Amino acid sequence: MQHKDSTRRQFLGLAGGAAVLGAVPIVTVRPSEATPAELASAIRTITNGAQVRTGKVKLDVPPLVENGNTVPLTVNVASPMAPEDHVRSIHIFNEKNPQPNIGNFHLGPHSGRAQVSTRIRLADSQKIVAIARLSDGSFWSASVDVVVTLAACTDEVI
Amino acid sequence: MASALINVPAKAKRGDIIEIKTLMSHIMETGYRHTATGEVVPRDIITSFACRYNGTEIFRADLFAAIAANPFITFFTTATASGKFEFEWIGDNGFSETASASITVE
Repeated sequence: MQHKDSTRRQFLGLAGGAAVLGAVPIVTVRPSEATPAELASAIRTITNGAQVRTGKVKLDVPPLVENGNTVPLTVNVASPMAPEDHVRSIHIFNEKNPQPNIGNFHLGPHSGRAQVSTRIRLADSQKIVAIARLSDGSFWSASVDVVVTLAACTDEVI
Repeated sequence: MASALINVPAKAKRGDIIEIKTLMSHIMETGYRHTATGEVVPRDIITSFACRYNGTEIFRADLFAAIAANPFITFFTTATASGKFEFEWIGDNGFSETASASITVE
């Protein structure tokens, strides 16, 4: 029993190590990517410098993605979606794709539920940020770190 | 040949919050890929999606290259009256497609 256990542990250790080694080249060969500064400036064009608070927004992305070409993503904002208090828009950004924007989604009180889903591309393991603009002018955000094993082919020769 | 898949409930009670699922077949070429000779493959993406419910716009999305091929978008709306949902996708190279679905609200 003791022996069997340790073999399994060794195997897992090796597998983990292999995964890390496999990820390194993917990280180093990306030539063009949005920088955190570009991410910040893309967010500023939406918020116009207003304060963005953390909370209310729930960003649902798998933490470990095998294929960066199609990653399911759902954003849900806690809101009554009433005429006096609703989500006006949801904006999704990334840190390391060639471009910081992913999508802007415009809603209204008639939406009933402030939730959108789509499928996105990720060129690298990175941070995804979702920002919601509420009807009172406040901004709320959530961010998730995603590990991508096979990156979307942004610079692949075809 | 572009084609759309739309999923809207056929029937709903007045005031129900319904989910609408849409998928448009499109390559969504990012403009960041190269051919073997080093030329950039020009960008060809859908840049805008909108949904109208009996003529009123209820949902709009600006899409970027980071949206996966065959853009799949789901969102919600409140069923207020029987009628028609009209969907419109607009993109590079004059891409423009529409689709519609009807709903009966009781």
